[in-house]
Amino acid sequence: MAPMDTSAVTRRPQRRVPAFASALMRFIVMAATTLLGLLAVTFFIGRVIPIDPALAIVGDRAPQHVVERIRLELGLDLPLYQQFWIYLKQVASGDFGTSVLTTNPVLTDILRVFPATIELATVGTIIGAVLGIPLGVLAAVKRGSIADQVVRVIGLVGYSVPIFWLGLLALVLFYAKLGWVAYPGRMDIVYEYTFTPTTGFYLVDAIWQGEWDVVRDLFRHIILPGALLGYFSLAYISRMTRSFMLNELSQEYIVAARAKGLSEARIIWFHALRNAAVPLVTVIALSYAGLLEGSVLTETIFAWPGLGLYITNSLQNADMNAVLGGTVVIGAVFVGINLLSDLLYRTLDPRTRSR
Amino acid sequence: MTPLLTVEDLRVSFPTRTGTVDAVRGVSFSLGRERLGIVGESGSGKSQTGRAIMGLTPNQADVRAKKLLFGDMDLLAMPPKERRLLRGKRLAMILQDPKYSLNPVMTIGLQIVETLKTHERISSKDARARVLQMLEAVQINDPERVFDLYPHEVSGGMGQRAMIAMMLVCGPDLLIADEPTSALDVTVQLEVLAILDKLVAERGMGLIFVSHDLRLVSTFCDRVLVMYAGRVVEELSSANLDQAQHPYTQGLLNCLPHIGSHRHPLPVLERQKEWAE
Amino acid sequence: MSVVEQTVKPYSREWLLSDRPQSRRQAKLGRAYVVWRRFGENRLALLGLVIILALLFVAAFAGVLAPHDPLQGDLRNARLLPPGAEGYLLGTDDQGRDILSRLLYGSRLTLLVVVLVAVIAAPVGLIVGTVSGYAGGWIDAVLMRITDIFLAFPKLVLALALVAALGPGIENAILAIAVTSWPPYARIARAETMTFRQSEFISAVQLMGASPFRIVMRHVMPLCLSSLIVRVTLDMAGIILTAAGLGFLGLGAQPPLPEWGAMIASGRRFILDQWWVAAMPGIAILIVSLGFNLLGDGLRDALDPKEAGQ
Ligand SMILES: Nc1ncnc2c1ncn2[C@@H]1O[C@H](COP(=O)(O)OP(=O)(O)OP(=O)(O)O)[C@@H](O)[C@H]1O
Ligand SMILES: [Mg+2]
Repeated sequence: MAPMDTSAVTRRPQRRVPAFASALMRFIVMAATTLLGLLAVTFFIGRVIPIDPALAIVGDRAPQHVVERIRLELGLDLPLYQQFWIYLKQVASGDFGTSVLTTNPVLTDILRVFPATIELATVGTIIGAVLGIPLGVLAAVKRGSIADQVVRVIGLVGYSVPIFWLGLLALVLFYAKLGWVAYPGRMDIVYEYTFTPTTGFYLVDAIWQGEWDVVRDLFRHIILPGALLGYFSLAYISRMTRSFMLNELSQEYIVAARAKGLSEARIIWFHALRNAAVPLVTVIALSYAGLLEGSVLTETIFAWPGLGLYITNSLQNADMNAVLGGTVVIGAVFVGINLLSDLLYRTLDPRTRSR
Repeated sequence: MTPLLTVEDLRVSFPTRTGTVDAVRGVSFSLGRERLGIVGESGSGKSQTGRAIMGLTPNQADVRAKKLLFGDMDLLAMPPKERRLLRGKRLAMILQDPKYSLNPVMTIGLQIVETLKTHERISSKDARARVLQMLEAVQINDPERVFDLYPHEVSGGMGQRAMIAMMLVCGPDLLIADEPTSALDVTVQLEVLAILDKLVAERGMGLIFVSHDLRLVSTFCDRVLVMYAGRVVEELSSANLDQAQHPYTQGLLNCLPHIGSHRHPLPVLERQKEWAE
Repeated sequence: MSVVEQTVKPYSREWLLSDRPQSRRQAKLGRAYVVWRRFGENRLALLGLVIILALLFVAAFAGVLAPHDPLQGDLRNARLLPPGAEGYLLGTDDQGRDILSRLLYGSRLTLLVVVLVAVIAAPVGLIVGTVSGYAGGWIDAVLMRITDIFLAFPKLVLALALVAALGPGIENAILAIAVTSWPPYARIARAETMTFRQSEFISAVQLMGASPFRIVMRHVMPLCLSSLIVRVTLDMAGIILTAAGLGFLGLGAQPPLPEWGAMIASGRRFILDQWWVAAMPGIAILIVSLGFNLLGDGLRDALDPKEAGQ
């Protein structure tokens, strides 16, 4: 009974590689329609809900002729679908209008402030993943123990605490009382004159330029808001890690790995975690996206000059173009992150990967 | 000569919210380099017996035995690390369904290499050669290719052969096969059994073969234990199956279909409280 | 096997736990009892339940419980008194108002927000999800695309933009949060619907000639309810936090309403010297959203032991 096993291998379909490309295509189409929908929603918010969209954009105090000009620009006398078309064309050419507050084009403003937000969210996600994954693994392995309960409560509190409040208290404690961290803002004013960032990602720039004083100062500024966002990300990541690990640890291949005589450490950190990593990638991506959102409130507390602060400042000044521009950009980044995490998922899971 | 395995009064119980579940309640047998079948209905404690011998009982469960000896080693008294190093090296186990018992994100070859590397100091090159040899021994024709495949890329029969290779690569003395063919297509079952049969005979291993299927076990094994509700109700040699005394075993035998017989109503397994006492 | 018919006292423990219920009601009550017992074994979940019951109680009797007027303070004698000052258990704010009284009254606003958001968003999600899952085809495709679009927005940012357009105020905040809350419910309801769309009992009802509308309303929706309730409970904390965030930014409830988020915002100015003005409302938010999270967690574990954390 020898030669039976050529047929026993499931024949790998030839269209595997194209399947990946077609999946990519589908993602892109999905992303495009989602973006279009996103714009439809912001259009609705900006141009349909307000009684006078032109006034909403330039503010009550604008002179009559400015309001009239904006009316014409937006095509407010045209039917809605034509207005939407105008809006789409504007957005496609990168024109989100002008900010009343800064008098700059909104896109210029956003490009200037966005790196600060990315930097903050990245630091937060790194903190959250580096601490959250081991905590989640620990909780799963020691299921039902005190350690598990502690991790669970840490996570639940993270889900339940208002971030702006915790930020305020942390500032009082670590800045005002203990003096461990720097005051709100991105870096000390002195460095504003000596340090010229090239990319907008200050930490990267400073390390690149070898300005270690600046790096230290930047660190003292970012650590508190970063840790705060990191805590939220940790709450989510540790919880999901725990549940994925519990799922993996109950699988038969774990029994098989034990039957092979592998050490518990190898079973947990290699076999189970490697499998849990597949869905975890999505979770980390989602948590990153969540931090972009969390930055809105965090940035206001820590005077962090990012997109969140830009949006809230604009809100307070009824600067509609800026608010909608920021909303669209964050929404688009969300869509992009989702797409990326999907693709990453595919490369991590051999069951969906083209080989 | 000391037997390969001595089991005396093995008990496994699980604490649950509704009280203690006694999965195995006093199983005794001993085993040389021979083939022992364990049959019984679902939930009768077959798998838990096998897992207790391997030391793979879930943490929360309680395992006791008057004696649980592998050769002259006391399995329950030895330090966990030593016991772990027995697994895969001298004691091995094949699980039911290769779809779930192979790590889905690791290639088949590396999973077999892992067993080797856990127990032997061996270079990657030698390990690879040994694994390819082993894959050939389980009658995989193109081991080089299968080495680099992921579990989902092979059929059930091929997966189970890989599983056998993974567990036998270190040359264990005792193999526990827990329903190794139940998840496979009927046509493939026989092939896999034949491979197992050949390897066990060639290497002179002891085998514990767990199954639902009394007829299959009796053709494959020298002796059969019939389990019911966590106990051994009868021990028979395969040759004298029809001399079964216990009504439960007779019931099991009765349920087997015979060619040419049309029985109505179909027989139903009878169970009585006393058997579990 | 012989079946011994025992007569057990109705509503007793054995009656509830019987694996041969004699009536539909007994079966239902029995299931509820099992869920309740599982829930009751989870101490944290019980704590959550107690917190939420306390919230309801406080909201109902704020008028009786509050020692002072929540809106009118004693500007002359009682500005920024620390916690424990005579007659002011949690201190007073810059307007001389008793913080405790404001928190007690504020619980009503919190409850108003979560209840209204749930009442608006859950049915919308349920309808969209069940229709989408039951109808399939292009209806499903379109509805899910719309759902995805709303999911693609970060909740808080979309709510901010909406409130910016609608104008600040608690009604608009509630509306904005509801608009951002329904998509996950639609997803869940759809997933549930898909699992039993092909099932026997649905085909049976179809054969009896029930209209799709009736099937969705009478047979599909009730089956989606339990997972939806769990999800809504788990979301309550998020809703409270979003509402507080909007309040903090001055976009939710307007002064002098004792909304907890807005109270934190107004305490921010004194945070260095009179920390309690901002700290107390935050603690209230933390406790209540923790309560909802614990409750939701416990409910999920009790209803679906597979997922259970213990
Ligand atoms: N983790 C556990 N917790 C509680 N009870 C358990 C657990 N694992 C197994 N049991 C119980 O132990 C008993 C024996 O299970 P076992 O898996 O050995 O049965 P089996 O004879 O192998 O059945 P099958 O033929 O279905 O594989 C069952 O009644 C089962 O309910
Ligand atoms: Mg079994």
